[in-house]
Amino acid sequence: YLICFSFQQRIEIHKLRQGDNLILGFSIGGGIDQDPTQNPFSEDKTDKGIYVTRVTEGGPAEVAGLQIGDKIMQVNGWDMTMVTHDQARKRLTKRNEEVVRLLVTRQSLQKAVQQSMMS
Amino acid sequence: KIEPLKVTVDFLKVPLGLKKPPLKEALAALPGKPKSQILERHKSRRSDAMDNESQYSGYSYKSGHSRSSRKHRDRRERHRSKSREGTRGDKSVTIQAPGEPLLDNESTRGDERDDNWGETTTVVTGTSEHSISHDDLTRITKDMEDSAHLDCSRHLGVALGVALALLAFLTPLAFLLLPQLLWREELEPCGTPCEGLFISVAFKLLILLLGSWALFFRRPKAFFPRVFVFRALLMVLVFLLVVSYWLFYGVRILDSRDRDYRGVVQFAVSLVDALLFVHYLAVVLLELRQLQPQFTLKAVRSADGASRFYNVGHLSIQRAAVWILENYYHDFPVYNPALLNLPKSVLSKKMSGFKVYSLGEAENSTNNSTGQSRAVIAAAARRRDNSHNEFYYEEAEHERRVRKRRARLVVAVEEAFTHIKRLQEEEQKNPREIMDPREAAQAIFASMARAMQKYLRTTKQQPYHTMESILQHLEFCITHDMTPKVGGAILNGRYLTAGPTIQYHKDRWLAKQWTLVSEEPVTNGLKDGVVFVLKRQDFSLVVSTKKIPFFKLSEEFVDPKSHKFIMRLQSETSV
Repeated sequence: YLICFSFQQRIEIHKLRQGDNLILGFSIGGGIDQDPTQNPFSEDKTDKGIYVTRVTEGGPAEVAGLQIGDKIMQVNGWDMTMVTHDQARKRLTKRNEEVVRLLVTRQSLQKAVQQSMMS
Repeated sequence: KIEPLKVTVDFLKVPLGLKKPPLKEALAALPGKPKSQILERHKSRRSDAMDNESQYSGYSYKSGHSRSSRKHRDRRERHRSKSREGTRGDKSVTIQAPGEPLLDNESTRGDERDDNWGETTTVVTGTSEHSISHDDLTRITKDMEDSAHLDCSRHLGVALGVALALLAFLTPLAFLLLPQLLWREELEPCGTPCEGLFISVAFKLLILLLGSWALFFRRPKAFFPRVFVFRALLMVLVFLLVVSYWLFYGVRILDSRDRDYRGVVQFAVSLVDALLFVHYLAVVLLELRQLQPQFTLKAVRSADGASRFYNVGHLSIQRAAVWILENYYHDFPVYNPALLNLPKSVLSKKMSGFKVYSLGEAENSTNNSTGQSRAVIAAAARRRDNSHNEFYYEEAEHERRVRKRRARLVVAVEEAFTHIKRLQEEEQKNPREIMDPREAAQAIFASMARAMQKYLRTTKQQPYHTMESILQHLEFCITHDMTPKVGGAILNGRYLTAGPTIQYHKDRWLAKQWTLVSEEPVTNGLKDGVVFVLKRQDFSLVVSTKKIPFFKLSEEFVDPKSHKFIMRLQSETSV
């Protein structure tokens, strides 16, 4: 039988310096000012949270274990479930922070089943 | 009140017990024709039967039907003799003759119509050469009698209508004149009020005359099988009105020699008023009531499935039938039986498959090997299955051929028409070079004749277009400067597509006789679900009625200021 789990993970990303910018290596979508029905990653189409839409290969986010489709719940303690898109971007790209600690929720289907079957 | 149709005669005939004239519009109009038409129809029917059914199984099917149809006929006669009046008696005699065509049973009366219908189609195709010719003779003599009766009755009807109208028209004048003529000396003098009344009588009679002319003096568009109920009602009303007025006049005025002339004049004026109101009633009943659409009629042609929808108001079945026919001639594409046959290659394969099967069956019955017969059946079935494949390819091939020929025709016509130019007034040309439209048409016809002929042959339209008709059409197009571009007005609607029946040469659609087949009495009004059939010899129009639904319209107010919109985005930002 298939069980749908939602994992919560803490991911620590060390920003990479590229020229004048500090980049994290992923893209976000969503926000309370956006259209939640167009979000391909959300389970509930009224969910206006911030989702990871792309992860660049070899970037700091991928190295840290962030995956596409993850929903970001917190960034450095700041809540990300009820923020606008721009506020979310700002919170992730603060210039004086080199490390961001994210609390993400991931829906893992296959992994959970395989793990439970193997154990 | 003038009655141009013969239908009043039907009304009068019922109590008199005369033979009821069936629907014989064309028959009465062309008394010489029925013979040839009957024979024609028989021939066409027989040939149709041969085409559509395989030889082997055909006869057994037909003979079975004719046997059962005889039972039907007996049952129907008994039923009819119980339920019908004396007027029906004559018709039962005519229907008894076997192998009669639809022409005789013009009665559109209910149940026996259905029996007849099935019966005549089977019996006609199933009987042998000899019986048909004998039946033809009996039928022809009956038709001659009927048509003679009908002409008489129709003229009688018109005469009656005219007589009644004249009576109604002259009665007020008689009312006014009789006292003057009979006891002039005793009459009290009547001054200005009388003169006013005289003028009003004169003008009202004039208006009545004009109104009657407008309403009733029209060429009948059809001969109905049954009396037109409303017209009959109106005639009865007028008759009763006039008679009752005469009665009162005779008793109160003539007998007692009333001296008060003004009273007499007022009496006459009241009659004219009453007649005007009857005329108003006639307008409402005959013209206005049917205008508001109440039903949707679907007319489907049985032969090829062409269908149209029409909206009509409250009409009786026979009037609705005439309405449908009027629209049929300009809405339905002309009936082309050649287009309905499957390509010969497909048909022949099919029939040969059948033949093999039947022969195999006969052989195998002696051999007693079921396995073999099953194999034959399977082979036959498989062969039958392939015919749809061939049909598809044949269709596609035909389509391509038609398109090619069409392209050639369009180009040929365009090129031909570039050479013809209208002569401008200023230009001076040699008189020998100037042509009238006919000559111009003949001049260009040569260059497109071949392409046209090939196209018509491919689309199986050549029976509808003689060279004369094509030349006439070209002449028409040249005279009116019709454009030849991409077919244009010259080819479209007439050659490239099958146009409505009415535009083809008259002989094609001149046969105006139709038979109305209905389960309900044809003077009944239309109701939801009524189905009636208009039959011709080679196809029929099946008309079904559907009531236009009752619409519940509700209102919703939209404030123009309430139209407001927002932007819904889904941005993606990389961090």
